[in-house]
Amino acid sequence: MIEYALLFAATCYGVALLFDLWRMAVGPDAADRILALDTMVINTIALLVLYGIWRGTAVYFEAAMLFAMVGFVSTVAYCRYILRGDIIE
Amino acid sequence: MPLVAEILIALFLVVSGVFGFVGSYGLIKLKDSIQRLHAPTKATTLGVGGVLIASMIYFYVDTGHVSFHELMITLFLFLTAPITANFIAKAYMAKNTREDEVPPSTGDYGWSVYDDPPESPQQS
Repeated sequence: MIEYALLFAATCYGVALLFDLWRMAVGPDAADRILALDTMVINTIALLVLYGIWRGTAVYFEAAMLFAMVGFVSTVAYCRYILRGDIIE
Repeated sequence: MPLVAEILIALFLVVSGVFGFVGSYGLIKLKDSIQRLHAPTKATTLGVGGVLIASMIYFYVDTGHVSFHELMITLFLFLTAPITANFIAKAYMAKNTREDEVPPSTGDYGWSVYDDPPESPQQS
């Protein structure tokens, strides 16, 4: 039963990643692109954790943790660049 | 693995998959940039929380001891999601909203998006 639920959840997050890619390619404003990038990071964390359950190892949590940190920092840096024209003042 | 744990894990996985899907569907469905800010920041965070709870239950039943990695990831995501939403809204306002369109601020200084920060007392 868990295998089917994993497949369902992974399919949902894969289609969600495609939606985010579409919004990032089309998005009329820079805020849309940042938002699409942030959503892609969160969906990828979910996919990494799902893969960890699938393989039955706890190795992928470190990868998910690092990905969450790097995604947050990059989102804030991009927003800072748009807001002030500079990242570190 | 007992049947109750399997049902619980499968339920959390399905619910979180639906939430993540709805969050990204709102990202392409809603009309305005500020409206689009609403869907992914809440629904997708909840979806990832569901996946992490399912993973906690799975590894607790599988190995017998609780792992705290998932709690750390959940805590980090729940802390950073409002900050990123606030930053994205500020970036949108800085590019698309003029200063005379917003109401005046109630504090001593103007809005932080448009005005420079006040001088700190240490510098003068």
